[in-house]
Amino acid sequence: MDMIIPTVNMTPILPEILLSVLAMALLLINVFNPGGQKSYLAYISFAGIVVTAVLVGAGWGSHIESFSGSVVLDNFAIFFKMTFLVAAGLAVLISDSYMEREGCNHGELYPLILFTVVGMMLMASGTDLMTIFLGLEVMSVSLYVLAGFNRANKKSNEAGLKYFMLGAFSTGFMLYGMALIYGATGTTRLYKIATVVGQMTLPSANILLVAGMLLMMTGFAFKIAAAPFHMWTPDVYEGAPTPMTAFMSAGPKAAGFAALLRIFLVALPTLQVEWSQVLWVLAALTMTVGNITALRQDNIKRVLAYSSIAHAGYALVGFTAGNGTGTAGILFYMLSYAFMNIGAFAIVILVSKKGETNGNVSDFAGLGFKRPLLALVMTLFLFSLAGVPPAAGFIGKFYLFSGAIQKGYIWLAVIGVLNSAASVYYYLRIMVYMYFKESTEDFDWVQVTAPVALALIIAAAGTLIPGIVPSILLQYAQMAVKLM
Amino acid sequence: MSNVLSLTTFLPILGVLLLLFIPKDSKGVLRNVTLAVTVVTFLVSLIMLAGFQTNAEFQFVENVPWIAAGPFMMRYNIGIDGISLWLVILTTFIMPIAVLSTFTAVEEKVKEYMVCLLLLETGMLGAFISLDLFLFYIFWEVMLIPMYFMIGIWGGKNKIYAAVKFFIYTMVGSLLMLVALIFLYFKGVEAGFQDFGLLQFFNLKLDMATQIWLFLAFAFAFAIKVPMFPLHTWLPDAHTEAPTAGSVILAAVLLKMGTYGYVRFAIPLFPEAAHKFAPLIATLAVIGIIYAALVAMVQEDVKKLVAYSSVAHLGFVMLGVFAFNTEGITGGMLQMLNHGISTGALFLIVGFIYERRHTRLITDFGGLSKQMPIFATIFMIVTFSSVGLPGTNGFVGEFLILIGAFESQLRWFTVVATSGVILSAVYMLWVFQRVMFGELDNPKNQKLLDLNGREIAIMVPLVVMIFVMGLYPKPFIDKMDPAIKKLVAQARIAPVTAQMIPAMNQMQMPVGHQGTGQMPEANQGEMPAGQPGQTPPAVNSHDAK
Repeated sequence: MDMIIPTVNMTPILPEILLSVLAMALLLINVFNPGGQKSYLAYISFAGIVVTAVLVGAGWGSHIESFSGSVVLDNFAIFFKMTFLVAAGLAVLISDSYMEREGCNHGELYPLILFTVVGMMLMASGTDLMTIFLGLEVMSVSLYVLAGFNRANKKSNEAGLKYFMLGAFSTGFMLYGMALIYGATGTTRLYKIATVVGQMTLPSANILLVAGMLLMMTGFAFKIAAAPFHMWTPDVYEGAPTPMTAFMSAGPKAAGFAALLRIFLVALPTLQVEWSQVLWVLAALTMTVGNITALRQDNIKRVLAYSSIAHAGYALVGFTAGNGTGTAGILFYMLSYAFMNIGAFAIVILVSKKGETNGNVSDFAGLGFKRPLLALVMTLFLFSLAGVPPAAGFIGKFYLFSGAIQKGYIWLAVIGVLNSAASVYYYLRIMVYMYFKESTEDFDWVQVTAPVALALIIAAAGTLIPGIVPSILLQYAQMAVKLM
Repeated sequence: MSNVLSLTTFLPILGVLLLLFIPKDSKGVLRNVTLAVTVVTFLVSLIMLAGFQTNAEFQFVENVPWIAAGPFMMRYNIGIDGISLWLVILTTFIMPIAVLSTFTAVEEKVKEYMVCLLLLETGMLGAFISLDLFLFYIFWEVMLIPMYFMIGIWGGKNKIYAAVKFFIYTMVGSLLMLVALIFLYFKGVEAGFQDFGLLQFFNLKLDMATQIWLFLAFAFAFAIKVPMFPLHTWLPDAHTEAPTAGSVILAAVLLKMGTYGYVRFAIPLFPEAAHKFAPLIATLAVIGIIYAALVAMVQEDVKKLVAYSSVAHLGFVMLGVFAFNTEGITGGMLQMLNHGISTGALFLIVGFIYERRHTRLITDFGGLSKQMPIFATIFMIVTFSSVGLPGTNGFVGEFLILIGAFESQLRWFTVVATSGVILSAVYMLWVFQRVMFGELDNPKNQKLLDLNGREIAIMVPLVVMIFVMGLYPKPFIDKMDPAIKKLVAQARIAPVTAQMIPAMNQMQMPVGHQGTGQMPEANQGEMPAGQPGQTPPAVNSHDAK
């Protein structure tokens, strides 16, 4: 038997290699320097993320396939990689002081974040079901550990375990689905699947193919926390260390969408009529369940967790449309969401006290006039999350819903905006406490360290500027979608 | 001075930047700087008034690309015609008065309050001048934020409930409008439009079913803002809880957003649907007039009474606008301005006595005219204006509305609505009597001071405007007339093909025919589009001059 060893072009996975090497080096450094300050690991990680971001950005416009077409470097992958790097960078910046306060500042945190990013990047640039799965597992395994990172905290343990159990369960679905698709088409390469499915006379009658598609969708629905597969989300988000919650709500969700978009738009466009029907229901359900349950939460991490479900629902609206407007909307929204949601979590971290106490909505009472700048930034994030102009969240939602309207899904858009209106209530509630209620606290424990300040500035700029002058970012998102 | 419109709109934002550099403890400086900024804004807006050409065109137009991505093209496209001109002037005119009224009323968080006021001014002005649907939506939403904080931070006992209710009510409506707006845009793209520019959409031919859905979405958003019965419930709460300046702005300008929305967007964009729904809207308007008047009559709180009187007055405006004739819409427009002045003044008056006595209950007062003669005089003038006594501005507006509506398909609605005029006289004069006349028996009232210089300075411009607009409304009507005629034409000749419009504009008819020939349109909404037989009467009556 002849083995053909293809010439491997390493360029597309250069950022992944760089980050992996950095992560392993950091692990070693951490081993040889036990105890003591770990802040320098955060700084090195952040620097590594910035360098990687530059490297990723430099590849814009190229289209390089490698590893016999199982990995591709295109604008789509680059846009998502940037989103992951933004999420990871912000998460690293807000982690240090938090971990210090909670007394679990172990050096492994930063390498794990970097490994997660590597996994997510592979998911975004994978054009083979196996590559995507590989990326997904690298990401997931690191995330299980990150969720349970605070070993001393029972809730964190619960989060890690729960995430692991349900994550493994969902992976099973996904792998089964991939196997069925392989069975139906004889290949795992996305472009080849598209060709094979395109040649089928009636692909929607092919049970293997449809079942495989639905199982894969279920698996991804777990990962992006779409209802009714969202049950793990609130507990995991509440229990995990807050910076990791922030990271999980932005990064892996974006990665899930990256893989979903790539698989469904590249490999299964012939079945779009079928999968968009399923997505319609998923989107409507996810938005509604997320928002209605968020209305009744008191713990702010749970509010943001449920709202994060709702936000996955908004993105699914764009996915249901499946057209240029909607998918570009998803890219734009995921990036904006990373800025605004991690920004909001950063404020939550600042306001909460050791042991994650002081994390109720009512604990924000009086922040508006005791710490006006922090409250102002939080207000910006919250309005953006609620989709009120002029913030990036509004433009993102505008594009997502426009995609649906353009495609004729008017009622889905109506459900979406009504959900948006409902979500306003719980975001306003936080503002009500910040500004309208008198406080007994003086918030003297709130220490804004330099990294956190930097994170807040980046997040605020990333929320406000694309809201006022969104053209450039939107154009990039559209270029990313077009060349896929 | 080509950017004078942008300058007017964004001067308050510059003021906000200025305020940021002033320490929050120097309250006097903060107040005076804000006052100066609003006065300068008013003066700049007067330049526009002076330079405004009396024709139907949009003027001071600025049009530059803003967002260009994918299927969308949003432009910074602004301009004013005779309709928006007066609302812009009303806004810039009311703002210094509102600011001046806060000098002693607001002692806490002065800096934040002033920032909110200035942001609100930019938001309101922006909504009035936008000629790009998307830009309009942005300003429309942005406006909510400062008002929300004004009610929530500086409001009364129930401020949180009122603020959240205000925000969510408006948000629900405007989000549905957003869906309609996007849908309309894609309809425009099919017709070859390149951007969200409002004016081109007036020529867009939409089938009846589409028009109905889109009209409903727009009308719902505007009806909440007006507010029309039964969507008015947020208003008494918001008004009662808001601080005085907030109530003044809310009444004087924010509510006009709703009626302006009908005049600028809902009617000319979807004329046939507007005709179809005119009876429904007129019904709601008339119910609003009567119901709000009756509710106002039994209020114990003066501020709530004024709030309900707002609902009644705006019912009149809606009735006039949906008469679809020159008299009705002119009356509606004038009444929008009048309501801004007289209800703004009433809220200021309530504010004055509240600041002195910290109560607004009617039963706590009585006989104040003996103690506060200047106050009594001003209150009386404003009451007369609100009631619509001849010689004051309120009369001109209401009279034109009733004439216009009577001559339109809304004749029987008008008959009922007229009783609302009487009811308004009843509740306004009754409250005036109970507060100002009778025995000055409450010892707390016996020490009340009359209005001071600042308070008189606040009221004088309003009182002057009440008489100017009441005795000589011609300059106001003249400036808005061409725009209104154009609107009437848009609302009326929509079923006709586009080529006929220039031909009609050339026809000249004597003025005497104005206001006749309204009746045939009663069934126009149901008529299939494109029947030329309908148009001649329209031309006769409305292209006069």
